[in-house]
Amino acid sequence: MSNAMILEVEDLGVSFDGFKAIDALNFYVERNELRVVIGPNGAGKTTLLDLICGKTRATTGKIKFKNKDLTKLSEHQIVHAGVGRKFQTPSIYENLTVRQNLELSSPGGRTVLSSLFFRRTPKLVARIQEIAETIYLVDELDMSAGLLSHGQKQWLEIGMLLIQDPELLMLDEPVAGMSVPEREATAALLNRIKENRAVIVIEHDMDFVKDIGRKVTVLHQGKILAEGPMEKVQSDERVIEVYLGH
Amino acid sequence: MGDFTAQELTAIFVMQGFSGLSLFCVFLLMALGLAIIFGQMGVINMAHGEFLTLGAYITYLVSYQASEWGATALTWYFPVAIVAAFAGTFALGYLVERFMIRYLYNRPLDTLLATWGLGLILQQVYRSTFGPREKTVTMPDWLLGSYRATDMIDIPLNGLFILVITLVLTVALFALLYRSRWGIKVRATTQNRSMANAAGINTDRVDRLTFALGCGIAGVAGAAFTTIASTGPTTGSLYIVDTFLVVVFGGAASLLGTVVSAFGIAQSQSILSFFWSGSMAKVFTLLTVVVTLMLRPQGLFASKVRR
Amino acid sequence: MQRLIKAFGGTSALIQIAVIAAILMVLLPATTEIFRLNLFGKYLTYAFVAVGLVLCWGYGGILSLGQGVFFGLGGYCMAMFLKLEASTPEATKIQTTPGIPDFMDWNQLTELPWFWEPFHSFTFTVFAVIAVPAFFAWLIGYAMFKRRVGGVYFAIITQAIAVILTILIVGQQGYTGGINGITDLRTLLGWDIRTDGAKYILYYACCIALLLCLLVGNFIINSRFGRLLIAMRDQEDRVRFSGYDVANMKVFVFVMASVFAAIGGAFFTLQVGFMSPTFIGAVASIEMVVFCAVGGRLSIVGAACGAFIVSWAKTSLSDSFPQIWPVVMGALFIGVVMFFPRGLAGLVSDYGSKLMPGRRSQSKPSTDKPDTASRTSSNATPQEQA
Repeated sequence: MSNAMILEVEDLGVSFDGFKAIDALNFYVERNELRVVIGPNGAGKTTLLDLICGKTRATTGKIKFKNKDLTKLSEHQIVHAGVGRKFQTPSIYENLTVRQNLELSSPGGRTVLSSLFFRRTPKLVARIQEIAETIYLVDELDMSAGLLSHGQKQWLEIGMLLIQDPELLMLDEPVAGMSVPEREATAALLNRIKENRAVIVIEHDMDFVKDIGRKVTVLHQGKILAEGPMEKVQSDERVIEVYLGH
Repeated sequence: MGDFTAQELTAIFVMQGFSGLSLFCVFLLMALGLAIIFGQMGVINMAHGEFLTLGAYITYLVSYQASEWGATALTWYFPVAIVAAFAGTFALGYLVERFMIRYLYNRPLDTLLATWGLGLILQQVYRSTFGPREKTVTMPDWLLGSYRATDMIDIPLNGLFILVITLVLTVALFALLYRSRWGIKVRATTQNRSMANAAGINTDRVDRLTFALGCGIAGVAGAAFTTIASTGPTTGSLYIVDTFLVVVFGGAASLLGTVVSAFGIAQSQSILSFFWSGSMAKVFTLLTVVVTLMLRPQGLFASKVRR
Repeated sequence: MQRLIKAFGGTSALIQIAVIAAILMVLLPATTEIFRLNLFGKYLTYAFVAVGLVLCWGYGGILSLGQGVFFGLGGYCMAMFLKLEASTPEATKIQTTPGIPDFMDWNQLTELPWFWEPFHSFTFTVFAVIAVPAFFAWLIGYAMFKRRVGGVYFAIITQAIAVILTILIVGQQGYTGGINGITDLRTLLGWDIRTDGAKYILYYACCIALLLCLLVGNFIINSRFGRLLIAMRDQEDRVRFSGYDVANMKVFVFVMASVFAAIGGAFFTLQVGFMSPTFIGAVASIEMVVFCAVGGRLSIVGAACGAFIVSWAKTSLSDSFPQIWPVVMGALFIGVVMFFPRGLAGLVSDYGSKLMPGRRSQSKPSTDKPDTASRTSSNATPQEQA
């Protein structure tokens, strides 16, 4: 069992001044799986990602990634272990160009000394080109990232994660604020990048979820309410209750 | 400490403690204004000390005028001086916000630098207007003398007076921030500016009044300050670093924290300075605060927030 | 070769440095008498601090209001060595205890304190000029950045440290020389530093050290590390979640800034002939920030020029109109912060790019959006947002 799973979250809990944002949660993701996490506002979706990537520290429980406990590692060590995380609002370096954004995110040159004496290799140049093609930003490579549209910024941040080639990619509402064509392009992008890695996507947009998702986890009040294929979850009474009941 | 009897030690502690209380009052009066401006608005006002100085000079002017008018005026000028000091510094604060600070919101480090520049200019203005020598206020008779609690314990009346002013002001400020409608507006603005705007609060106006109020409190602090020391152009700036530490140490957004940390810092400086030299007492106290802040950067009173 | 030029900021940056070198090492010595030149040398020592502040504040967004601490530590280390050399038993035979610095004798000390002992050695002193401030900066930086203290809090705490150190030095007269500082310095390894010839040599040494610092500074901001600094200033969390140990990066840039300041301090002592706590305190430290802000917080060369020009103006103005200088200084500060956040360098490059469109974008792509940069340079830390 443990071999098939890339991420095993067990008995995870965190509370803020007594409020339990995540409560005794068990959550498993397989290798090469694309998992969508949905749930009403305040269900603990973003907190779950925060816990996995180390932004928030767990009060109880374990997070095992490739059998390694992440709860003891610092944020950058978690990244080194192979976990990439995209934030809800696009967070990119607006004062740098798209190329520089991607280059800074590439592994290598991560310590003080190696970043001081970092040299751009032809391999890296090619890799940046390749990523730029994937995220539809080839023409914008030398543009200042601050000038990109909202949707392009979201893609750039995804690209910044891809260049690290993470084994687990976590995306927090990647299509929020996107137009319909942008949303479709993003769905295509996700379907392409999910090869060879596990992806967790938090999303509100049900149409988008249907475009990409097979297995869906529904969070509610810090707990898992339902889990399974989209059709099954959609017909689950408790899920309907939570989404439509109030 | 072996050279002192228990009774003497008690007396020392009480009297040093009391002189610490005066320092506590200055810290707290200055810190209250800063805590509002910094804690509520996130603006670092390095010219805050100069507002205190202005309040002190206004008090000096009122007392000077009163001594021209005779004994009765001299007995009762102080309440007038407090009002004048508040009004003067409030007005200056209002102008400073209107013409400078409002352009620098969201750039806290830049407000720090700009207000420091303002402080320099104000100091020079004071120096040119009042001269470099320190000015002493003519005190009303009822503030002179002291209250002898026991044979060895002697408590000066002006110290008691400043303590009363501080307490009244603190309570009034608490009431204003936590019990009045205006206080709700201020807190709403600090917590979520755009939401407060949407809820019909004129946040620009709230900012301006909050800043002016913080400065006005510094003015009152200046008036109170004249009863325990004389005033020079750089009087206020001597306390600015200590006061910032007081505010940060208490946890910037917590008024209660400000009170407690002002008390702690003032008392430890004052009591330690009896056993060591004054400078070493200050070094020790400030160092303790700085190290504590390194270990607990959020200050003493701050709650864990989900973000 | 091409690669090397690029690593140091490209041709235009190197030309700027070459122009500075020509002005400092040819024009000024040829046109000024040694008394003035010595003063210029003193102003140049502040340029070291300003260059450090560009790295740490302009690029990294870390405002230190305690750079005087490092300037002072560097200066004091040098002064201690020079003082010991000046306090030979023969030179101090009228003292109660010959062979110790005069101020110790005045304060009834009868033997040299332990921490003075190693400063008999010149090698140790040179090491200490760099290592003591660097260690101090590492300690402060490590403690604070690991706990994610930044922004305003860092500024206030570094300022408090400057105040504490000043009080300590003034209070411990017997060990430090108190408020007067360490004065009456005469020779360096037997070579009289008060002669005109020595002043020339020290001036040139100072220039060369400064030019090296400019080169190192340029190298840093043009490396991947330099772009990381901008990235951290603007989106600290993204950098952290791209696998960087942000605290380490910040500690490094803060230590670098401190080392630059310390080298400046050591040259100050050598050229001016004394060191005192006035150069450490809160006011001196914040003045150094003014130098940097006026020159341009995003320009290495600009900040160095700013330090030179402002401290020159300070000396001339405060000599002839002592009552006007603080007002000018204050107004300068407000004006620069409010209207020219990029300082003189920003003005020059705007003017330059009007004359020669397109030139600027070639020379410095990474700082090409300084308008937005200055707006976000003081990004709020998590603490501030709470």
